[in-house]
Parts: sequence; structure tokens; C-alpha cells
Amino acid sequence: MIELTIDGAPVCVAPGATVLDACTAAGVETPTLCFLETLTPVNACRVCVVELEGARVLVPACARKAENGMAIRTDTERVRHSRKMVLEFLASSVDLSTAPDAQRFCERYGAQPSRYGTGETVERPIKIDNALYVRDYSKCIMCYKCVEACGTDAQNTFAIAAAGRGFDAHISTEFDVALPDSACVYCGNCIGVCPTGALMFQSEYALRRQGAWDESRQTETDTICPYCGVGCTLRLHVQENEIVKVTSPLENGVTHGNLCIKGRFGTTYVSNVEPGGERRG
Amino acid sequence: MDLHFTGARATPAERDAVDRVLGSPSSDPLGASARRERRHLLLPVLHAISERAGWISGGALNYACERLSVPPAEAYGVASFYDLFSTTPRPPVVLHVCDDIACRCAGAEDLCAALERVCGAAGSATAGQSATWLRAPCLGLCDRAPAALLATAGDSPAYRRVAPATAESLLSSLGSAPAGNGTAAEPLPYVGGTHVRLLRRVGSVDPESLDAYRDAGGYAALRRALEIGAERVVDEIVASNLLGRGGAAFPTGRKMQAVARAAGRTRYLVCNADESEPGTFKDRVLMEHDPFAVVEAMTIAAIATGCERGFVYVRGEYPQAARRLQAAVDAARRAELLGGNVMQTGLRFDVEIRRGAGAYICGEETALFNSLEGKRGEPRSKPPFPVDAGLFGMPTLINNVETLANLPAIVLEGGARYAKTGTPGSTGTRLFCLSGCVTRSGVYEVEHGVTLGALIAMAGGVRDGATLRTVLLGGAAGSFVGPEALDLRLTFEDARAAGATLGSGVVMLFDDRTAMPDVVRRIARFFRHESCGQCVPCRVGTVRQAEVLERIAGATASPGDVALLDEIGRVMRDASICGLGQTAANAIASARTLGLLEARA
Repeated sequence: MIELTIDGAPVCVAPGATVLDACTAAGVETPTLCFLETLTPVNACRVCVVELEGARVLVPACARKAENGMAIRTDTERVRHSRKMVLEFLASSVDLSTAPDAQRFCERYGAQPSRYGTGETVERPIKIDNALYVRDYSKCIMCYKCVEACGTDAQNTFAIAAAGRGFDAHISTEFDVALPDSACVYCGNCIGVCPTGALMFQSEYALRRQGAWDESRQTETDTICPYCGVGCTLRLHVQENEIVKVTSPLENGVTHGNLCIKGRFGTTYVSNVEPGGERRG
Repeated sequence: MDLHFTGARATPAERDAVDRVLGSPSSDPLGASARRERRHLLLPVLHAISERAGWISGGALNYACERLSVPPAEAYGVASFYDLFSTTPRPPVVLHVCDDIACRCAGAEDLCAALERVCGAAGSATAGQSATWLRAPCLGLCDRAPAALLATAGDSPAYRRVAPATAESLLSSLGSAPAGNGTAAEPLPYVGGTHVRLLRRVGSVDPESLDAYRDAGGYAALRRALEIGAERVVDEIVASNLLGRGGAAFPTGRKMQAVARAAGRTRYLVCNADESEPGTFKDRVLMEHDPFAVVEAMTIAAIATGCERGFVYVRGEYPQAARRLQAAVDAARRAELLGGNVMQTGLRFDVEIRRGAGAYICGEETALFNSLEGKRGEPRSKPPFPVDAGLFGMPTLINNVETLANLPAIVLEGGARYAKTGTPGSTGTRLFCLSGCVTRSGVYEVEHGVTLGALIAMAGGVRDGATLRTVLLGGAAGSFVGPEALDLRLTFEDARAAGATLGSGVVMLFDDRTAMPDVVRRIARFFRHESCGQCVPCRVGTVRQAEVLERIAGATASPGDVALLDEIGRVMRDASICGLGQTAANAIASARTLGLLEARA
């Protein structure tokens, strides 16, 4: 076992565990945006940074492996400053209106995005080029999760990747072609991992536009996908007796949160509507 | 993985450009996974397409992706990462006009204004749609500022420097036919001090002749290294206390020991020639004027550490250096100084020259590895460090050009004797790049320990007898120092004690007539432009920092802006993934301390 301290309290974790695991074991909640248990850490958002005694700079808790004798501080002025600034940077440049975690962290760390005034933002036109997804990259924080889910961490389709550089970096198909012209297979796993609502199901997008999306009135029902023999667990999000979204639990041993187009979108026969939401006549 | 392609098809010329790098399609390895092994050729392929067609089209990218079995979305991500490539149609002739700090002080903005008047805004087609001009970050030609680089795509692609440039020379370069790769007679760099090691052949020995190099003492060090054996070579380098010259000042011997210990595993040697720190041109001078020395030094390092394959990653803006290095490698291979039987010892080592494509970040070692592997030049998290997991995930020795160029002298003199030059903490000589408002700009080699004032005096002092306002020491990632620092001894330890850094050897002078807020703003714009965009502190922090400096330079700053600058600087320093973000606020913070952000009456 690896022994280290988190804010002075000794913690034991298994070899291979990260500093984030150790923080969790010590009961310290660490904010994360680009981290997901099922994906390779990219440690790009830097909101999980902690102070490692003896290190020149802060280290990302999500990716840094725990080592014997590490002394970690999670609530120093330096840590709080970096977290607050990262959140301010995001909130001042990205539309976080459908990113509840980011909003919660902004509040916790006292982020004041308004002090950047009319600073540059990543705003760009929304992309609606197919019946199933909406891509609103004005809400994208460049966490790379969708790229990982589309690539080697789940789907191995590689329809999207990071393109451009610096503040102009963005997620894109080749030459920004529409999704139907790309390698996309509409598994929806990118939407499943998106932490900000930049990627959204058409069904959710349409209800939100009508002001009718209301999670408090939704129920979640787990069932097994009817299509093939794999037996993926589907979690049906139902509002007013309509299936408005289909996900799968991350912790499910079969899916790890991933589905295919059939499980994700092939439930419209239940309410007899076209995939785009049009009810059949 | 089944790749999906759009219907776009490559033109015959684009296919031919790709085939010249990869061989004919019939020679492709069978199976996608074997083709994917060649992913590291993506950047050379993109260069070939760009140099033939002027830009990278969807059809050309598709063809390259089919040949290499790379998903087009990923390849597009790579192509769009680099500044020298365009993924939208672009005329074949592109004039890259440097508007970075040294060139700015030499009138680059006037040149850009002249180009704008005659040719339209940067990026617009001119000269009958055949040419365009673009603003560029530092081209590494600060000794001949203002500078521009003319790139001509086509069946025989060509590059030409225009430096020092005038409005007339730039305008005529856009209209005229390419003049081949040749460069007009170049002023030689100036040298100084008593222990000239690195520059001793520069300017006096034909850089294109192996015989001339050998007659001037070349390859004696490799012979000596082979005599004394790998372990002893590493010992001598450890004893020399040589510290890296790229900016981070890491002990070279310790890196070599670590790589040498990885016996039994494939190991790589990488020469970091992606010199892109604004104000830096020393490695260019070494590569252009003494390329065999770089190749010999790499061979010594490789044999000492058990590397059989080496890469030189030369920045894309240095076509002349890449060409001379390639010629040197070819000549060395013919003479069995590289290849499967180095100097008849049975030892194996060979070198490939790879070119960057316009990305400062690729000078960061792990970003450089990603770039060499055909990926976006985004830095990796450390640990693991390159000596454990570097290029292709294998132990890698990566050193800057100047660092490597010290190895022959260490092997010949012995580490202990080498360590007697300079100071105990900063052994050997050092190349400094003098530019800006200095009388004789150029590369100067001096022993560590010479004072900043003495170095500047060697270069004739401030130009036109003007008064020195400040010196940018170490580059855009370094810091400004005031005239009171002229007594500073140029050593790693003295610089550190003074809160400064020697960085990549930049010594850029600014006189009291320079509009410093504009200079500092240009540094902020540089980092905004060069951030890779991977981590939030740097991606957004460099933008917010630049916005504050736009306000300061435009005299519209609010009272809170200076404090905000500090807060932005702190998060970039503390929480960025790599050295770019961690140092992006250094020069700006020092400018504030020195009062350089305040406009002068």
C-alpha cells in the first residue's frame, strides 16, 4: 500500500491509485471537470490541482499517481487561487448555462467572471446538422472527453478531434464537415461524457428551447436494451410519459456508460415518434 | 478501426508529393496496424503537400490518411495545429513578415503598413492571386532585423530570406520569381572572449564540406569517444558539469546516465533544434555554419548512451539549417560516420532530420515528441520524464543544439579541464544572441561569468549612442532587467539570484526611445498565439493577459488591471501543464516591476 498525507491526515491507497483517489479516501471532495472514471485522464482543465510539498508547481490530482511519503495540501491559498482563476477563465469565455458542476464550483470558489468585462469568448454558431445531436461549441470547455469517448477509450470511431491551437482550439471533424459526412456512427457516447451540455440530444435541446425541460419532473428507469445479446443497461429518462434521454450508468460493468445508436436512440417506437421528435401521423 | 473518408480526392500533384515521402502505394505495408506504425511520417507528408500545393486540401489529407491509416479528423487536428500550414486555399507564394519584438524595434510595423497599402490586409491574395503575406512570430533572424521569409510552393519549392528587409525588397519579392534556396552573403556573427569553442569554425570553414570539417579538427572527438568507451564519455560529461543551454539548465550528464542505464531497451536521441524563443538565433547559426559539429556531437551522445536512432527536430522557419544538416547527415553516412558501422566499430547510429511547422510549443520536449510522432504538439504531463518514457514511449535523451555542440570539446579536453572554464556553477562558454538596439547584433561566445555590461560593450554598446532603458534577458520566457543589472555576471547562479534567467541566451537591448508598453504587449500576443490550448490556465490566461496589456498599451487600463495581471500570472505559473504557461507571465511581471508599462512623456 502507498502511504501519504492529505491535509495532514494519513491515507493509505493501493498502488496505481491517483492523488484524487487518495483525496476521496480522505473524505476531501475535489472539483473535476475533464476527469471521468472511465476515460484516460488528460488533466487539461486544471481545476483539481493540489499542492504537493516540495514541488515547484501545483499538480493535477486526477492524473498524478500517489507516491509514498507525498504530503498533499488541498485547501491552501495557492490551490484556492488557481481553482478560482481556472473557473473564472472558463466562466468568462464559455457559456456554462447547462453545466451544473462548473456552476457549483464557481460558487464554491467565489469565481467572478464579470471582472473580465468584454473579454474574448469562444462563442460560435450552434451546429444542428443531423436528427440526433446538437453541438453547441460555445459551451465547450475543451475537456477532450468526447474525443476520448469517440476514440480509443470507448468507440474507436475517431470522428472528432481537437483542431486549431490555443484559444482557437476546438473540437472538430475533418475540415469541419457536417456529422453525416464524417465517421460518426451516432453512438452518442460523446454526449454521455460531455460535462457542459455542449453536446446534447435533439430531444433535450428541443424541450429546453420550449422551456419545457424539467429534470425535477423526470423519472429514471433502468432496463435492458432489447436489440442484441450484449444486454446493455439502459437508463430511460422519462418526462411526461415520453423518453427524453437514454443513458447508461458509468458503473455498469457491461457498458461503462457507453451505448450504440440502437440503445441510445432506438426507443422512439415506444411513443411512436420519428427520431427527430416528430410524432408519426 | 475502419476509417471513413469524405469524397474529396487528391490531385495528381498532391498524390505525387505524398508518394515522394512514403513511396508508391504498392509498397505500403499490408494491414492497417502496420501502416499506422508510420504515423510519425504525418508531419513530413503534410510538409510535402503544403510545399507542393501551398495548402492542405481535403483530398490531399484523405490520401495521406489512407496511406498512413490515420483518421482524417485527427490528421486535420494536426494540420490545423501548425502555423505554417493552411487548411484553406492559399496562394503558392507566402511572405512571412516577422513583427516580433526585435523586428518591431527595427520598423516591422512600417513594413506591414506598406504591404497592407499595396497588397491588402495580411492573408489576402496579391500579385495576380499568386502571392500573399502574413505576419509571423520571431523568425530567428533578429541579427538582421527587420526580417521576412519568402516561401514558394510548387514543383521545386523554395525559401528565401529577406533580411534586413525594406518595403521595396518585400514588395519586389512578392512579385518576382523565386530565387532558389540561396541566401545572399550573410554578415558573420561576431565572437568574443578567450575560449571560443562553439563558434571556432563558424564563418571560416565550409559548412557543406566534410573534408573541410575534418581538416579543421572535426571527428577527432568521435574517434576519441570510441577509444575511451561509452562509460568514460558519460563520466567526462558528468565531470564537465555541463548544464542544458535550451533554457531549463538541467545537468546533461545526469540525463545521459539515466538513458545509458536503460540498457536492453530501444532508446532514442533527439536534438531539439526547434529554437523559437523570440530573440534566439544561436542554434540556427551553429546548424547553418557548422552542421557537421551537430551531427558529430549527436553521434558521441548516441554512442555514449546506446541510442541507435536520432532525430533533429528543426523549426520550420529554418529551411537553410535543415538543408545543411541533411547534407551533413548524407555526407557523414557516405563516409561511414553514420549508419550501421560507425567508424568501423560495428556500432550503429543514424540521424533523421525532421522539420517543425510553426509552433513555439514544440520546443517543449514532450510536445516535440508528440509532434515527431505525428500528433498535435501538445505537451505531456511529467512525470514520466523523457529519460524514462520519451519518444515513442521509450527512454530518450533530448538536448538542445548548443548543449550537444559542447560534447566534442568535453571529450577532447576531458570533463575536468572543461569545468575549469566559466565558473564552478556554470562551466564552459555560452552563446548569447545580441539584438535590438545594439550596435553589432549577432551571436557572441563568452565564458560564463562575463558581466552583462561587458558583453554589451563587446557588441559596441547601445546603437547610436542612445541611453539603455532595459535588456530582455533570456527571451520572452525570461525577464527584463534594468541598466543597474549591467554588473550582473552571466552565470546560471547569478541570474537565478537576481531573479532572472539566461534562458536561451537572449540579450535584447531597448533604448530610451522604445515604446515599451508596445513591446510588452507584443510579448503577451506572442504567448496568446503560441499557447497550444490544452490546459485552461494557459489557453485562457494568455488571452486575458494579452487583453490587459492591450488596454495598458492603449492607455485604457482600469485601476484594477495591474492587480489582475498578477492574479493571471500566478495561476499560469502554478497550474499550467508545461513551461510555456508557467513562464508566460515572467517578462510581463518584470516589466511591471521596472515600470516599463507606464507610457513615457
